[in-house]
Amino acid sequence: MESPEPNLITNLPRLEQTARPQAGSAPGEVIFDLKNVSIWYSAFKAVTDVSMAVHEHEITAFIGSSGSGKTTVLRAFNRMNDLVPGARLEGEMSYRGEPLYAKDVSATAVRRRIGMVFQKPNPFPKSIYDNVAYGPRINGERNRGRLDEIVERSLRQAALWDEVKNRLNTSGLSLSGGQAQRLCIARTIAVEPDVVLMDEPASSLDPIATGAIEDLMRELKSRFTIIVVTHNMQQATRVSGRTAFFYVLTDSEADTRTGVLVEYGSTEQIFQDPRDSRTKAYVTGRMG
Amino acid sequence: MAPVTDERQRSGLREPPSWRRAKSRIATALMVFSFVLVMIPLGFVLVTVIAKGASAISWSFLTSPIPPSVLPANTGGIGPAVLGTLEITGLATVLAVPLGILGAVYLHEYGGNRPLARLIGFMADVMTGVPSIVMGLFIFSIWVLHFGFSGLAGAFALGCLMLPIVIRSTDEMLKLVPDSLRDGSYALGATKARVTATVVLPAALGGIVSGALLAVARAAGETAPLLFTILTVTTANPDVFSGPNTSLPSQIFVNASSPYVGAQGRGWGAALTLIAIAFIFMIAARIVTARFARYAR
Repeated sequence: MESPEPNLITNLPRLEQTARPQAGSAPGEVIFDLKNVSIWYSAFKAVTDVSMAVHEHEITAFIGSSGSGKTTVLRAFNRMNDLVPGARLEGEMSYRGEPLYAKDVSATAVRRRIGMVFQKPNPFPKSIYDNVAYGPRINGERNRGRLDEIVERSLRQAALWDEVKNRLNTSGLSLSGGQAQRLCIARTIAVEPDVVLMDEPASSLDPIATGAIEDLMRELKSRFTIIVVTHNMQQATRVSGRTAFFYVLTDSEADTRTGVLVEYGSTEQIFQDPRDSRTKAYVTGRMG
Repeated sequence: MAPVTDERQRSGLREPPSWRRAKSRIATALMVFSFVLVMIPLGFVLVTVIAKGASAISWSFLTSPIPPSVLPANTGGIGPAVLGTLEITGLATVLAVPLGILGAVYLHEYGGNRPLARLIGFMADVMTGVPSIVMGLFIFSIWVLHFGFSGLAGAFALGCLMLPIVIRSTDEMLKLVPDSLRDGSYALGATKARVTATVVLPAALGGIVSGALLAVARAAGETAPLLFTILTVTTANPDVFSGPNTSLPSQIFVNASSPYVGAQGRGWGAALTLIAIAFIFMIAARIVTARFARYAR
């Protein structure tokens, strides 16, 4: 388990060069800074040496084939990996200059600032209203009038209000897939997070619902920082300002595999002028 | 029309009579036969109890004191036993159901693969297999010998029987709650206790109530654990915490072993009453669960 590491590292691209934003884009403040982040699930090293900076009020897309660690890295941003027994993280990961994985940092406090939308819509078996009010309520909001306001505002931001305003008391499970995913987005933004993480939010939706979710992401960009994992490269080009390409490194001798960040830059550069041959192969559809 | 039929047969849409089809028919027939076979004892029990007990049932039968066994069937009633069963089963439910649900929450949500959780889960399984009379003797030796017969002692014995059933059924229901719901709640910054109380338990509520009810119905019908704990007297005892008490199943046992026709008749009436009480509980719980679970689909 230990011997393959030197091999992996020699395979890595020079991250100092690729992780810089490209000229021409006006970068927002750096909100997340990752330095040599590696993530293990017990003895399995899922991600090796990821270094990157995520910028405020931008949409950052993670692309790459299955098993390349995109979702693992995404779930590290709000410490969802803490819930997986045996998961641990090495390296430095800071959020607005503060180390995310310091001992005195509470994972629940992190998650209140950094929300997440999952691949499969997962509305709670509660009413539409209670789904959206769930987050504010766990933060202690009890005032019915304030909750009403939050629910309406969140559903409007998620472009779902007009479809559900007359049936807020029906079950969140009665919605269609696209509506349910927008409900989950409304639920996430109801607590006014700083960052919204999205794990393939449109992968189980039809093209029209996907379009609605993408419009929504562009809309939400002004208020939140969004990081989105996607298998759909057109989606990355349509919505994101920056793109990170992850890749699976396999070591057939030691029979190990791990995910690495190959290239990170403006979406335009990644798709039109990729520096790494593997990125090029992936974005042109010759691989993955 | 003939060519069309030929065409269909050639395209394989009409399956010719074959061994495969025969097997399907035989399997179906076997299943129907087994179902009927299962229903025979069940129907027989119900029909017999209703036939022999229905004539005894009346409001005064349910509320009147238990007369001496020699008196004919149309005198007195089983009031003290109805009261005792409601008291003792009710107290056992109050003791065992919350404890069992909390135990299962620990096992499934908190314990994980810890040795303590594995041990408790294993012990709960073992407890399911303990004969009910052993449970009665256990309470007899640790409680009744020191504090005397009481409804409380009976409730302890019934509670010990209910506990493993509640733990197991709740645990199974918690397993059915998808992790995606837990993740959704965690991602909003909920603590584990909050996730469990506001998402996991409500989502599993219907199944938990059904399981608890099964345990209540099972306990309400138990005789053996009560014989050593409540003594089975004929007078009503509204104080469940002290003094000998009585209950429907143990009263049925006493009446059935009595040589007097009158007592036996009252025994049949008591049996029907017990079945009716269990039935009413089931229906009530279904209604309550349906109310709570209206967002579940």
